[in-house]
Amino acid sequence: MKRFALAGNPNCGKTTLFNSLTGATAHVGNWPGVTVDKRDGVYKKCAEPVQIVDLPGIYSLSPYTPEEVIARNYILDEKPDCVINIVDATNLERNLYLTTQVLEMDVPVVVALNMMDAVKKAGDSINAKLLEERLGVPVVEISALKETGLKELMDKAFNESKKIREGQTVLETSPLGHLIGDVKIALKGQNVANPLFHAVKLVEQDEIEAEMHKETLPMVEDFKKTYNDDIFGTDFEALVADARYKYISSNFASVLSKKSKDKTQMSKSDKADKVLTHKWWGIPIFLLILFGIFHLTFGEDLLYLGKIFSLPSLEDLGLLDEDGEAINFGVRILATFYDGAVMSPGVWINNVWNDLIVGEFFGWLGGIVEESGMAPWAIGLINNGIFDGISAVLSFLPPILVLFLFFSILEDSGYMARIAFILDRMFRRFGLSGRAFMPMIMGFGCSVPAMINTRTLADDKERTATVRVIPFFSCGAKLPILTAVAGAIVAFFGVGNADVITFSMYVLGIVTAIVCVLLMRSTTLKGETPPFIMELPTYHMPQFKNLMAHLWDKTKHFVKKAFTIILASTIVIWALTHFSFNWTFLEDEQVNESILAGIAQLVQPIFTPLGFGSQLGQYGWVFVVAAVAGLIAKENVIATFATLAACLMAVVGLDFGELAIDAEDGIDAVQAMIQATGITIPGLIAFIAFNMTTIPCFAAVATAKAELGNKSTYHWTLVFWLVASYVVAAIIYTVGSWWWTIFIWAVVCAGVVGCIIWRNKMAAKRLN
Amino acid sequence: MEKTLDNFSIGETGIVKMVAGEGKIKRRLFDMGITPGAEVFLRKKAPLGDPIEITLRGYELTLRKSEAACVTVEVKA
Repeated sequence: MKRFALAGNPNCGKTTLFNSLTGATAHVGNWPGVTVDKRDGVYKKCAEPVQIVDLPGIYSLSPYTPEEVIARNYILDEKPDCVINIVDATNLERNLYLTTQVLEMDVPVVVALNMMDAVKKAGDSINAKLLEERLGVPVVEISALKETGLKELMDKAFNESKKIREGQTVLETSPLGHLIGDVKIALKGQNVANPLFHAVKLVEQDEIEAEMHKETLPMVEDFKKTYNDDIFGTDFEALVADARYKYISSNFASVLSKKSKDKTQMSKSDKADKVLTHKWWGIPIFLLILFGIFHLTFGEDLLYLGKIFSLPSLEDLGLLDEDGEAINFGVRILATFYDGAVMSPGVWINNVWNDLIVGEFFGWLGGIVEESGMAPWAIGLINNGIFDGISAVLSFLPPILVLFLFFSILEDSGYMARIAFILDRMFRRFGLSGRAFMPMIMGFGCSVPAMINTRTLADDKERTATVRVIPFFSCGAKLPILTAVAGAIVAFFGVGNADVITFSMYVLGIVTAIVCVLLMRSTTLKGETPPFIMELPTYHMPQFKNLMAHLWDKTKHFVKKAFTIILASTIVIWALTHFSFNWTFLEDEQVNESILAGIAQLVQPIFTPLGFGSQLGQYGWVFVVAAVAGLIAKENVIATFATLAACLMAVVGLDFGELAIDAEDGIDAVQAMIQATGITIPGLIAFIAFNMTTIPCFAAVATAKAELGNKSTYHWTLVFWLVASYVVAAIIYTVGSWWWTIFIWAVVCAGVVGCIIWRNKMAAKRLN
Repeated sequence: MEKTLDNFSIGETGIVKMVAGEGKIKRRLFDMGITPGAEVFLRKKAPLGDPIEITLRGYELTLRKSEAACVTVEVKA
């Protein structure tokens, strides 16, 4: 099968084109650098099926960012049959800069002129024929979004792929033209593939290239001695870049004819930008948007209408019976979005999904199993082990998707890039760039894509620091732990406010992240603050198709996880709680004789300083199991709660109604665990804090391993997560239980900070 | 009049004369189109005064003042 690679600037519509061609649902966003790894799909409408590879968006083929190196190596080493270079027609000059570099490779190239509709709308026009003549490769006008011109593009590319193309350079006429020609001949003599491309890079003294062709380097060095440019001296890298842009300005200016425009006239995008990044309102608006997103996703009282107008609850209206159940189906539907307050769309979707769909379905399935006459252990395994586990996991699909939808809108609209612009100044204080904000905020959705996204950061140390703190931005899977435990604290102890507890845990995560970044940047990951030179894309309306693609992608990923790793772990946990060491089946009441209890009791003392260790007595190990299972996947914590609570209830004789099946929010399960163990409030808070800041899940661990590259950095990252979560939880538990211990911690912290400052001063002295 | 880009005020336009700076940053500036002869227009500053946003070659670019200090610009009247 033929292989075509898509190459182009970030944000030029490459991923949209990829999706249109392959029908795949790769992630698209209006943020420079969303495709951070290459991915592939198949296009079926050519003479034969063609494999399409989507390369990361790049501005240049320099050796300085991992994405550029990925794209460059792919074209050089994997030798695609054709490179489709997507050029954003609204931004011709800068896009053609990359084109001039791609053309230097010995590979067939077709230029796809994207966003022609936007150019025409602005009243401008581009002479594609002339562009084709000047570039020497076919140029096809397309609109990736409206899917026009795609067939023609692919047919042209298919045709080109049958030909052999030799690289050409626009630098021929530049002062370095001769040198490049000579180096090329020398490389050709050594049978190097893509001699022209390597020759140019060698002249640029590209670090990757200099390493590869050591023997040819002296040629460049010799030439350098005889050469001196007025502006650039012997900085050939600058000279080459300049020559490219000069060539583009002088040769391609005539291609574009712009309608003469009044400079003071503002486009829609400019107007939006004026408000969103305003000197005074910029930051408040950002905070308001962030608050709005969380309010629309999790708010139980939309716009505080219930509080403001003192709306009556369903009970006040007499719509509930004595057991607190809805009197009829209509009321049940009403209850999904109203109960003394109008609920936010996020909560409403959540209620419909959980009360009317997942709850009903598993309730019905559970009933069938119950009456099937199977052995008690089989019923237990299916109902308490499998169904409870899966429904617990599926139940928090809605909030994750809704939150993710909002982030996708921010990203697609182009606002996310402005957030980086607004926040860069603050991030710099912590030794990061505003770009690090994007992976961090993505961490609120899921750590895995967030970690992959750190590739947009050019600096290795910044990347490592960012990857390490991403888990502290509580991901969607941790939310149910927060709401379950917070809800249980309020319900059981009758103190506090669940929203406040949940929100303060988010804040705790952010604070921990800031402290850890500062610590790392002043100790093990010292270095200059990385540069912040970034394109700000034009705002545009998010595309419904793209948004749905995001969500579908996320759903697929999540459901797959629920039915594989999480299902497996719930079954294992169920089995370990229902068999003793001599493999006899245990009833729920005998849970303390189980294998799991035995193992967990061994490690329980480790967690004593965190408030959920030995002090909890004979059933205290349940929290240990939940926390440890959470290291595999955070969804496991709630699933484990559901499984273990079923046993505990049998032991302590609690009855919360249909708990075994109706375990969606986990609040009842946690209450059962509180009752059985006698855990204190500081212990519970420490427990969620530990879960928030520790190893997030196996998927994230695997991603961190791949992203960090270096083995020892990866191992230290694991150690870092464990230590950080242990310390944070220990501080919370001890200070929460005995307020005066705050002084001990203060002294310890002051000591550590003092040591670091002293060490850095000594190091600075030594340098002087 | 020549000055570095970080000293520009909002609404000023100029032609890039020279780009200094350390290798990686300089290359990045060049790759993004800040080369001698390019016209730049200072569009706005971030709410906290830094970074800045410029228009060049028909698109919007943001960079910090510390990076803008590498760029010498001839101010257009």
